[in-house]
Amino acid sequence: MSSVPKLNKPQPRWLVFGLLALGLALLPFLVDAGLGRSWVRLLDLALLYVMLALGLNIVVGYAGLLDLGYVAFYALGAYVYAWLASPHFGLHLPFWAILPLGAALAGLFGVLLGTPTLRLRGDYLAIVTLGFGEIIRIFMNNLNAPVNLTNGPQGINLIDPVRLGEFSLSQPHALFGYTFTGVHLTYYLFLLLVLAVIFISMRLEDSRIGRAWVAIREDEIAAAATGINTRNLKLLAFAMGATFGGLAGGLFASFQGFISPESFNLMESIMILCMIVLGGMGHIPGVIFGAVVLTLLPEALRYTGDWQRTLFGQIYIDPADLRMLLFGVALVAVMLYRPAGMIPSARRRQEFADAKG
Amino acid sequence: MSVPKVGNLPSSKLDAELTPLLTVSGVSKAFGGLQALSDISLQVNSGEIFGLIGPNGAGKTTLFNALTGLYSIDRGEVRLGSTRLDGRKPHQVLQAGLARTFQNIRLFAEMTALENVLVGRHARTASGVVGAVLRLPATRREEADSRERAHALLRRMGLAQHANRLAKNLPYGDQRRLEIARALASEPTLLALDEPAAGMNPAERAALRELLLQLQADGLTLLLIEHDVKLVMGLCTRLAVLDYGVKIAEGTPDTVSRDPKVIAAYLGDEAL
Ligand SMILES: Nc1ncnc2c1ncn2[C@@H]1O[C@H](COP(=O)(O)OP(=O)(O)OP(=O)(O)O)[C@@H](O)[C@H]1O
Ligand SMILES: [Mg+2]
Repeated sequence: MSSVPKLNKPQPRWLVFGLLALGLALLPFLVDAGLGRSWVRLLDLALLYVMLALGLNIVVGYAGLLDLGYVAFYALGAYVYAWLASPHFGLHLPFWAILPLGAALAGLFGVLLGTPTLRLRGDYLAIVTLGFGEIIRIFMNNLNAPVNLTNGPQGINLIDPVRLGEFSLSQPHALFGYTFTGVHLTYYLFLLLVLAVIFISMRLEDSRIGRAWVAIREDEIAAAATGINTRNLKLLAFAMGATFGGLAGGLFASFQGFISPESFNLMESIMILCMIVLGGMGHIPGVIFGAVVLTLLPEALRYTGDWQRTLFGQIYIDPADLRMLLFGVALVAVMLYRPAGMIPSARRRQEFADAKG
Repeated sequence: MSVPKVGNLPSSKLDAELTPLLTVSGVSKAFGGLQALSDISLQVNSGEIFGLIGPNGAGKTTLFNALTGLYSIDRGEVRLGSTRLDGRKPHQVLQAGLARTFQNIRLFAEMTALENVLVGRHARTASGVVGAVLRLPATRREEADSRERAHALLRRMGLAQHANRLAKNLPYGDQRRLEIARALASEPTLLALDEPAAGMNPAERAALRELLLQLQADGLTLLLIEHDVKLVMGLCTRLAVLDYGVKIAEGTPDTVSRDPKVIAAYLGDEAL
């Protein structure tokens, strides 16, 4: 906000933006060439998690409401997409109609699930929202009878990819003399939406609404006595976060082509929360960083088997076990040495400066 | 840039003294078996500085909490002008024009001084999500106006150089003044201060005294809880004394300080 020093000279700022844009545009090709196609897919997934983390950041980072059931909104967005664009009900509506619908519906559910929790704080809120998240997942698991809504644990298959006319994101296309595969095109679509979510987050943070959220996080009673309708603003935070979650869910369904309740378990909520905490709660660059690192790191750690073979000639520890171990160690290390997150907000940095000066 | 005027009332004291602004009638509040407030009635007139004194645990803060909607009251009625305040939510009380500060400072610790005052503008501004995301002209105007007012208030409180520091890193006396600035940002008609001089040194107290007189001159009505008897007696036009949740006296500083009940309960020999 106002405490962040602004870059005043226009040239370096545009230079930075230009280079950043170029880098982001070329990234999938560089990754494809360097690491392989599967990593481009991971890049797409990382963008989805950035969206999810930025959504949860509004609830947890700004308004200070510890929500452990966030994945429910992700699931809702995904199922709405699957219902309206798959052979399951024989509906094939266009993505530009379903995505906003799923996001809006998730936002509505954010308000519905937020309302009964308004009086709860901290741990109690966490437990109740955790319950809500699980309830939604269990519903999805069991709503295959008497009417088959969700197809139960088998999930819904053959979900339509994002498609405009004949232009589908599941097939390669030749554009400007280059061949763009589906994962490449998906990258650009997701990037565009992530940029929109970042933009909205930034604008909200530096506004009357964002300040009211942070005030509630800092001291709810003082916030109320300072004229903030805490009930409405908390519900607004739930709704905004859930909307982003629902949007990400729809994109996830179209991207995977298949969803089942297993994709939306508690671990998923905790993972998204970890991204925020690890990156820097309430700070957009930190949250983005946390989301990207926590999506890619577990995948990179799959290669520990190969590393062991090259180092020792044989595998001593099962890569799957080692991966979770290293992941846990990394989390603990960050919390010990950088408790405010990898990229803490300017406030935290300023705090440090204040303590010195 | 000129100092902003606070409050919406004319500063002519003579006719102001005749207009009741805050009317508290028969307010009672119990916590379990403890009767924290028993049948409290008092009236604060427009333009005056009204003192609320009494020993520790007398119920002064509880009365503030009851007036500002933080506690629901068991019986009684509270009016600000013609608006009923009892049964309202804290933000509605503030919206109606009654702002307050807290005895144990409650600033937004991780926000800057400027942001704290900007939050004080919340009730007097209206832009929502769409306005904020699209930076609509109305939102921009509102934001610029809020910032200008906030900076002016910080200057007035002598906090201009701290605008971008986190509230929790300000010295104690500055934190107290910042809380006043935050309350003033909502353009109240009545400002309730809970021990604003607590923890201040004599120089800061003198400055606070000047500030409160200035606010009064601007037309603001003040309700003041304070243990510093000299400060209260010198500032207040009238005051009420609470003891064990009961109002034991009300009147001008002269009358009250000679009241035997007040001397026994609170003032002791020092006032004589
Ligand atoms: N939320 C509460 N729950 C239970 N008891 C309370 C509560 N708030 C206040 N009390 C009790 O009510 C009585 C009045 O307290 P209050 O804080 O209003 O006193 P005070 O006059 O402001 O005292 P001080 O000068 O020490 O600030 C005390 O006995 C206190 O313990
Ligand atoms: Mg008190």
